[in-house]
Amino acid sequence: MDDGKSVRPRGRIVIDIENITKDYVMGEETVRALRGVSLQIHANEYLAIMGPSGSGKSTLMNMLGCLDTPTSGRYEFNGKNVAEMDDDELAAIRNREIGFVFQTFNLLPRSTSLRNVELPLIYAGIDPDEREERAAQALADVGLGDRIQHKPNELSGGQRQRVAIARALVNRPSIILADEPTGNLDSKTGEEIMALLEDLYERGNTIILVTHERDIAAHARRTVHLRDGLIESDHAGFIPELDLETAS
Amino acid sequence: MKRFLYELTESWRIAAAQMRSNMTRSTLTALGVIIGIIAVTLMGTAVNGISTGFDKSMAVLGDDVLYVTQWPWKPVDDWWNYRDRKKIETAYAEKLNRMIDATPNSNLVLAVPTSSLFRSIKYEGNQVDNVFVLGTTADFIVTSTIDCKEGRFFNEIESRGGANVVVIGYDVADALFPVEDPIDKQVLINGQLFKVVGVNSRQGTFLGLFSWDSMVALPLGAFNKYFSGKPESDVRVKVKDKTKIADAKDELTGLMRRARGLQPEQKDDFSINEQQAFKSTLDPVKNSIAIAGLFITGLALFVGAIGIMNITFVSVKERTKEIGTRKALGARRRTILLQFLIESTALCLLGGFIGLAIAFLLCTGIAKAAPSFPIHLSLGLVFTSMIVSVLTGLFSGFAPAWSASRLDPVAALRYE
Repeated sequence: MDDGKSVRPRGRIVIDIENITKDYVMGEETVRALRGVSLQIHANEYLAIMGPSGSGKSTLMNMLGCLDTPTSGRYEFNGKNVAEMDDDELAAIRNREIGFVFQTFNLLPRSTSLRNVELPLIYAGIDPDEREERAAQALADVGLGDRIQHKPNELSGGQRQRVAIARALVNRPSIILADEPTGNLDSKTGEEIMALLEDLYERGNTIILVTHERDIAAHARRTVHLRDGLIESDHAGFIPELDLETAS
Repeated sequence: MKRFLYELTESWRIAAAQMRSNMTRSTLTALGVIIGIIAVTLMGTAVNGISTGFDKSMAVLGDDVLYVTQWPWKPVDDWWNYRDRKKIETAYAEKLNRMIDATPNSNLVLAVPTSSLFRSIKYEGNQVDNVFVLGTTADFIVTSTIDCKEGRFFNEIESRGGANVVVIGYDVADALFPVEDPIDKQVLINGQLFKVVGVNSRQGTFLGLFSWDSMVALPLGAFNKYFSGKPESDVRVKVKDKTKIADAKDELTGLMRRARGLQPEQKDDFSINEQQAFKSTLDPVKNSIAIAGLFITGLALFVGAIGIMNITFVSVKERTKEIGTRKALGARRRTILLQFLIESTALCLLGGFIGLAIAFLLCTGIAKAAPSFPIHLSLGLVFTSMIVSVLTGLFSGFAPAWSASRLDPVAALRYE
């Protein structure tokens, strides 16, 4: 913590995971992707989840993002028991509480930036007028106020990811879950996106970053390393030596 | 509720965009539905047309007239029981009229005798063969929907005197007098000259059914005087109140039995018919046309629906990642289901509109080519076609939409 990055005071617990496991049945075999992971994430955290492929990183991310439910263990999101929710209840949680940022942006190709950003608000049942106002504001917040009527193919990669971030923010979620947000961008544009996430953190958002790149994880204030379905380490700040070890 | 509405409008917007960006594919897929809807509307129009044309022809008979005949107006299995019945004589009409006048509060108004034969009719170089020649009295017009375009029907004096006058049908007039005015011309029927006093207005023919257009009417006296052979004779009786036609029928049966002098134990040896009875004999024909039509249209629509189902499955597959994204952003199962149902429905509606447009053009073309066939694309049919389109869309879209709604968001997001 000697690199001059500010750390905001931690808030209440948003995510509370205790001893969760996840099994995948593949034909005859059962693969255990998570073997008992416990994790608490507070509001105003900036957390990176790291690990090599096969470490259970993606599985954990799917759990955190309420895209999937654990095989066993306890998962509370803002005090609500997520582990036993059905598909539609999970959809509601994803809609209101989680903002997804994907590696491949995942914008609807034939819709304008504005319409892309409006999408979560439609699913939340917001009035058309308010929807448009909030979507335009979210786009302005990520520096794309002059690009609201552009379609994804009229935007650069960095701009597309900004649209995706605006879409993640527009419903004022409890956490922003970014999965390799710079994976499809050149390093300069990637840095710009990371600067934007830094800015969002400073403005009070909770950010969870899933990555295997050390340079990217270095932006976070807390790093969780995963290996073979277990948490190997959980540090404040970023420790390059330890990460090197993980990567090897 | 509000959210459902927003999701609905959003789904329509997506469906429209989807069709626009896959124009060729959408049109080709909709082809099945287009053909189906054309089949639906044309079949419906044909059945309606037959029905209308038949009703129009039946109107000639009048819905407030009873017909006393030897044979009933329906197919009979025991024809030998009817063959030996006494003929209906025109003289019964007079007897009946006397009895009707003597009955207080009778449900019957008037009996009119008719005799008919087929004869040729000539005027100068023109000749028409096999014309239906009707001998009757001046009272005939009371029982008939007949209407003179030119001239008049023969009058009471001509009727009683058996004068050589004739009223001719539209087509007969057309064939005999291509350029001249037929009124007061002498035409030759069975070697006798008759003066034309009236021409009926055009009624139109339908499927070869009976029409006034190809008949002539003359006084019964003259008919009996000049035409040998065995004419077919009936008595038609006008009813006072057509809502009490059953009572009138009973009354007429009683009167006829008296006229025939039947003992109580004897069966009726005549038949009393009405327009309705005749109509009902054609119902099975109409029904079988309708059933055949239903089968053909059903088949066409089914093939169309399979096409739509197929393309919706393709659409779901192509957009698996998009479905994953939408689910990540909070789309519930119902939302996804609705989206793809609306897509297939929109496609079917598109097909429905195109099909209706083509059917409309076809109907207009048929109406031009065959004016005698009463073809008319009714509003009800348009409405039905639209409903059928929507139902086809829902039916064909359900399986793909259901599978899309059940997709696992994790797997869908990872799908390439």
